[in-house]
Formats: sequence, C-alpha cells, structure tokens
Amino acid sequence: MPINPNPQDAGAPSARRLDDEARIKVLSPSMLVFKRFVRNRLAVVGTCILAVMFVFSFAGGLISPYTQSQTFYKNDVMWKEYASLSVNSEYRYTAAVGADLPGSARTQFILALNANKPNYTAGGADYTWTRLDDDFIVISRTSEVATALPLAGEYAFTLRPGADFPAEAQSALIAALDAKQAGFEWNGVQYITTRIGKSYSISSAEEIAIAAARVFDAYEPGYETVTAQYGFRRAALTAIAEGSEAFEYNGASYSQRADGDIVTVYDNSTGQPVEFAIISKYIAQGFSPDVRVSVAFKEAILDAVNARAASFIFPDDEDPDREYQITTPKPDTYTIKRETVTLLYDTEARPSLAHWLGTDSNGMDMMTRLMYGGRVSLMVGFVVVALELVIGVIFGGIAGYFGGRTDLLLMRFIDLFNCIPSTPIMFIMGSVMDTMEVNPYARIYLLMFVLGLLGWTGIARVVRGQILTLREQDFMIAAEATGIRTSARIFRHLVPNVMPLLIVQATLSLGGVVITEATLSFLNLGLKYPLASWGTIINSASNIYTLTNYWYLWIPAGLMILVTVLGFNFVGDGLRDAFDPKMKR
Amino acid sequence: MWKFIIRRVMLAIVIIVFGSLICYAVIRMLPTSYVERVARQRSTMPGARPYTEILAQLDARYGMNQPILIGFARWGWNALRGLWGDSWFFSQPVTKKFADVIGYSIVLNVITLFLEMMLCIPLGILAARKQYSRTDYTVTVIALTCISLPTFFLATILKYIFAIKLGWVDLYGIVGRYYEQMNATGKFWDMAAHMILPIVTLTLLNLGGLMRFTRTNMLEVLNADYIRTARAKGLPERKVINKHAFRNTLIPLVTYLSYLLPSLFGGSLITETLFQIPGIGYISYQAIVGGDIPFTMFYITFLTALTQISLMVADVMYAVVDPRVRIS
Repeated sequence: MPINPNPQDAGAPSARRLDDEARIKVLSPSMLVFKRFVRNRLAVVGTCILAVMFVFSFAGGLISPYTQSQTFYKNDVMWKEYASLSVNSEYRYTAAVGADLPGSARTQFILALNANKPNYTAGGADYTWTRLDDDFIVISRTSEVATALPLAGEYAFTLRPGADFPAEAQSALIAALDAKQAGFEWNGVQYITTRIGKSYSISSAEEIAIAAARVFDAYEPGYETVTAQYGFRRAALTAIAEGSEAFEYNGASYSQRADGDIVTVYDNSTGQPVEFAIISKYIAQGFSPDVRVSVAFKEAILDAVNARAASFIFPDDEDPDREYQITTPKPDTYTIKRETVTLLYDTEARPSLAHWLGTDSNGMDMMTRLMYGGRVSLMVGFVVVALELVIGVIFGGIAGYFGGRTDLLLMRFIDLFNCIPSTPIMFIMGSVMDTMEVNPYARIYLLMFVLGLLGWTGIARVVRGQILTLREQDFMIAAEATGIRTSARIFRHLVPNVMPLLIVQATLSLGGVVITEATLSFLNLGLKYPLASWGTIINSASNIYTLTNYWYLWIPAGLMILVTVLGFNFVGDGLRDAFDPKMKR
Repeated sequence: MWKFIIRRVMLAIVIIVFGSLICYAVIRMLPTSYVERVARQRSTMPGARPYTEILAQLDARYGMNQPILIGFARWGWNALRGLWGDSWFFSQPVTKKFADVIGYSIVLNVITLFLEMMLCIPLGILAARKQYSRTDYTVTVIALTCISLPTFFLATILKYIFAIKLGWVDLYGIVGRYYEQMNATGKFWDMAAHMILPIVTLTLLNLGGLMRFTRTNMLEVLNADYIRTARAKGLPERKVINKHAFRNTLIPLVTYLSYLLPSLFGGSLITETLFQIPGIGYISYQAIVGGDIPFTMFYITFLTALTQISLMVADVMYAVVDPRVRIS
C-alpha cells in the first residue's frame, strides 16, 4: 500500500511508492554544498564581484588599447619665449673690404678707448681710432713712414726704408706740424703725426674698420647684402654723426629720418623713397634659430616697449590678432612671449572617453593601470596564499596526524613563529629592499615570500586541529580497521575532510593578503613604480595636492581593493556556511 | 591549575627570548644600518676622518662589531637588569620615549575598544535574534565591509571628507597650530579634536570582527537547550535574551577581549602613522624604518611579552568565567 495514495498513481501500473529509491533524488555532497552556497545571496554577490574583478584584471589588460606604462601626451597652448629685444651696449665691428681687424686688435681697442688713448699697438701693428659720434668710431691701421726732428725751425726728416712718402707731401706735413695739427691729408691718404719726445712720428693711416653700437636691420632680406657692407654702414653712420639726412653709396642715394634713437633709411634710387633699413641700438633676436625677426615686427616691439605696454598685437600668417606679451627679466632686456602649441605629458587628465578614469601623474591611463594593478594584486594574493597553504598543510598535517611529541614540538615551533610581530618585520623588509635598491620585479617575489612565510601559522593550526578531531572519529578507526595503506588513509579519508576548511581559510586569507600588500605598497615599502598595484596607485594620494584635487587618481583603486576583498570575504563566508550547515553562517 | 600556569609561563619566556632573538638577528643582518648612515654623514663633513675609521669607531661604540649571538646576549643581559639603552633615532632613553608616547596610544585604543563594544555587542545580538532577516543581512554586510576596508583607504577617505572638504578637523598630528597659546581646556579640546578621525578609523576597522564574533556566539547560545527550556516555561522573550542568552555569550567575549590586549599597544601602528599621531605605533614605525635597534628591540620584546600575557590571561579567564572549563 502506498503511504501517500495519489489519484494519478492509483491507476498507474508502475506507480512508484514514496520510499521507492527512484523517487528519492540523491544529491552528492558537493552538490549539496553548491546548492547551499547558491542559496546564500551574499555568496552569490561575492562570486559575481570576484568574476568581474578577474575579468577586469586579467582580460582587461588584453582588451585595453593601452599598455601598462604607456604615457600620453597632449598639445597645450603655453606662453613661450618667442623673441628677445635688448639694448646693445657693445661695439660691433665691420671691417672694410679687404681689411681685417683681428681679435687682439679689438681687445686692445676697447682698452685704448677706455683709457682715451688715440693710438695703440696690437699684434705688432699700430692702430688709431677716431670718434665721429657717441656710438660710432673709425679704426685705422697706421704705419710709420717717417720721423721728423725739429731743428731750429727746420725739420730733419728721416724716411723709413721702403716707405712711400713723396717730397710733395713733406710741405703739407710741415704746414700741419707748424699748425700743431694731429693729422693731415695728402693725395687721398691720411697721415697722422704723433709727438714722441722731441721728435714727431709721421704715419700713414688706412681705415680698416668701423666700430658702432648701432645695428642695421634691413626691411627685406634682399637688402641685407647692402646693409651688411662696410661702405654703406660707414656712409649711413657718418651721415647720422654729421646730422645730414642724405647720403650716397655705390651710386644710389639714400635719405634717412631719425625718430628718437631709431633712424629709418629710405632708398631714393627709384625716385620714390622706399623703406630700406633701420638703424638703432636695439637688437631683436628670435629665441630659436628658425625665427626671423622682421623689421616691422621689431618696430612693433620697439613701439610697445616705448609705450611700456605689457602686450601688443602683431598679425602673422595664421592669426591676424596674434598677441605677444613682453616681460623684462633684467634691465634693458625684453622677452617677447607668444602662445605656442607645446607637447606635454598628459598628466592628471580628467576622466574622458579616451581615458575613462583619467591619467595618473605620469601621464599613464588610469584604467589600464588599474587592470594591470589588479593582476599584480591578485597574483600576489594567490601566490602568497598558495605558499601559506603548502607550509601550513605540511606542518599542521604532520603535527595533527602523528600527534604526541611531534605535535608538541611543532606546535611550540608554530607558537614561536606566531609571536614574530609581522607588521614590524614587513616594514624592516621593505626598508631593506629600499636600501638595497632591489629591482621592482624581484621585489614582487621577495614580497610574496616574506608574506607567505609570516602568514602560514594560522592555516597550520586549523589543519592540525581538524586532523586531530578527525583522527578520533569512527570512520578513521574503521579505515584503519580495514587495513588500508597509510597514504590512502591520509589522502582518501583525511584530506577530503580537511579540504572544505582549507578552502574557506584560503578564501578568507586571500582578502587579507590583498590588503596587506596594498598597505605595504601604500607606505612605499611594497611594490614600486613602474609596476602598478592597487596600493601603489593609491600611494599618490599621500601627496596632499593629489588627495585634494584629483579624486579620480586614488578613489577607484581604493574601491577596487575594498570590493575585491569584500568579494573574497562574501565567498569565504558563504563557503563556510555551505560546508558546515550546522553553523548557519 | 598552578602547574598549568607555571608551564605556560615557562613557555612564554622561551617564546619571548626566541622572538626577540629572531628580530635582533633580522635587524642586525640588514645590509645598511643606522650606524653606517651616521658614519657616512659624518665623513662628508669638512675636515672629517675617513668613512671606515668613523664606522669602526661607531660600530664599537654601539656594539655593532660583535657577533649577533654575543650582541644579543649582551642586549638580553642589560634588558634583564632593566637597562634598555638609549634610542639612537630619538636620542633619549628608550623607556622615557616609550613612557612619553604610550599614553596617546592607550587613550586612542581604549576609547576605540569602548566604542566598539558599545556598537558591536548590541548589533551582533540583534542580528542573531533576527537571523536571516533584513537586519541580519545588513549587519553582516556592514561587518564584512569593515573587515574588507584597507586602513589607508578608509583613513584617506575620512581625511578627504572631514579634513579637506568639510574642514572640521586637521589632516595630521595630535595638536593644532595654536596649541601653545591655548589654556588648559582649549588644549584638551584641541587634542580631542585631533583624535576623532583616528578613533573613527580604528573603530570602523575593528567593528566587523567583534560584531561577527558576538553574532556567532549568540546564535550558538540561542540554539542551546537551556534557551529552549527558558522559552518553554513561558519566560518573556526580553528575559530570555537578556538574562539567559546574553550572559552566556559573555564567556567567549571575555576571552576575545583579552586577546585584544596587545592591540591596545600595537594595533594602531598604521592608523597612527597615517594620522601622524605620536603614539607608540607611529614612533615605532619611525624607529624601525630608521634602523634604531634599541627602540625596535624594546618595542618588539614588549609586544611579544604582552601577547604571551594576553594569551595566558585568556586561558585563565576562560576557566574563571566558565566553571565548566577545567584546565588540566
């Protein structure tokens, strides 16, 4: 008779009885555990979190278009130095055609100028200079042609051998000597007389260079060949010194007009005055060799400087309203800046489509760093826990299985190990690795080793306790009674019973290890740049500026750690409940 | 009982000795030491003697030229006589420095412990009473979140919100900028204000463990036969929980709390470092990173001893509060 008569069953010939074996669905123990685990909502949430984290960390790096240490750049507009303007205070030399003014002659010239001596000697040659203007001096090379000794109103001449001093010149010389003139001209050649003791030295002077504090700027690049010429410069500067407004050079006539200390030269050869060059005491230079400062631009700078303006506008090809700023780093020197497009590290960029979480302070993509960081953090967690498990199971297993004296000895050893304060030791290890400048990649392995070595005692204790209880249970006595091998007893009967506990313990300590590694990295004692781990990423927040201004540089990494560890804890908790239904969480 | 205690004490002594020996060996084996750093510094001064000469002199002065075992024996003998030496890093007797800073840590941790118990025990009991309810889930999630929080992240978040965004408290330190100008009351409140964030951090971090511990024990007690008996005889639920169940939950709690004893002195190392509270945690961090052997050795020995004492206290307490337990 069925215990539970069912109207459908009644008519059916093959009606099964309620206690029929086929009706009872037998679940395997692992299936039971799984069912209980799935029923726990927190455990399922934890599993989902971990799945997402693993995909994010391990697959994310493959999907991400960037690499771990790829730096990004951005174009930014910055005020950068473009040109400079300075007041020229040094003489610039222009040598005459076919003549040369050597460096020693220039040096000696400056000395003679400062001492106000019209004649000087440099490199075996004699020179003299004549000041035509405050800023304009003509330098001539002199060579002695004769000496004259005054004798009772007459002059006794001694000619230098080979010197060209015709007798007709002597009358001009006598006239000059009588008039006590320093020099005279005869037949187009300048002669100067210098009194040495009682006698006079007569030298012919040949103009070889001009020294001018004014600089020439041609309006057109094509004019530079003219403005660079000695004759042009000499003529223009002489005209300035004499106050005349026109001069001729090389068959062309020029006129000039002074505006303050800036003189504009016009070319009159076409009948219409054409702006040809300006002569001023200001030097304008581009900051880089490819910048050519045009005269118009120079005039614009000079206008702005004279007006004491901080900025001015000067059109260029790209921008008709191009703005320039003027700064004065030192007296009489002006720096002209303009907005220039510059390539920079794209650091601390705000989150955008290209960089979902922005970039860090090295210009690396934060999202990608988080992915690779997760890889390292999780790997460290797994390796450390695996190490802990190996050591813990060996020690705990031996102690638990053999018991007695072995157990006592090993447990005392574990006590000993357990009393080492792990935090100070990890700090010491961190600073040791710092001073030894261990390679960042070797550091990971050392860190894993130290963490594993310091953390296995908990697992050893748990394993030992579990094995001690299991050993006393009936099924172990039964197993022993059947006479199976010791190894079979351990691996077939003991280990499967320790497994659940180990899995729970391992899951829970994974979270702990992730936190420990992150803490060490945060304190700069763990992993190092360029390797990313979640702890090193947050480390940037130990800088107050970053902490205050760039939340996206540290909050995501912190949340990653929190969520991952939470996932491990949820799963560990769920597993514990599932394995041990008696306890119900 | 006495035999057990004596055996336990003997074991504790062996452990303390070996623990400090391991630490001493680790510190001595460091590739660079405080002494070398000082010697390098001095040798760069004008008119200084060569580095090796200064190093040899300093090594002899600090006892670093002896083998590790002899050095340790010497240190141990001095320690036994109460001569802990002078801290290298702080240039003060170790015990004086310790006495100066330990107060901050004790205040910090005692308040934390008090807050923890005030929060965790009621919440844990509540969760256990309403097992599988919404409350239970909430408490479990809170507890697990607290366990999962990295100290530095929590501390940084708290700093960001309360010190930077709201500006209610200072970022670092134990006293403010105007501490010296304050009167006694002002000084007290200034210091109290600086303790708020560290205490909140520590409390939140330790919340989870105690909460879950209370809950688990309460659940175990609630499943016990005597609770069913109490209910069966018609006692009001309030009485069942408060009198019959709660008292029995206290037994494991007392043991748990005595395990927490060492953390009163060493548990707040990272929190203190993050907030730069000059308690024993932050000071010992500086000493460790700075290679200060006397201070580090003193601190580690102290911690080891404290751990052993707390373990013994836990064992004994267990027997004291629970007459069913008889120590053999």
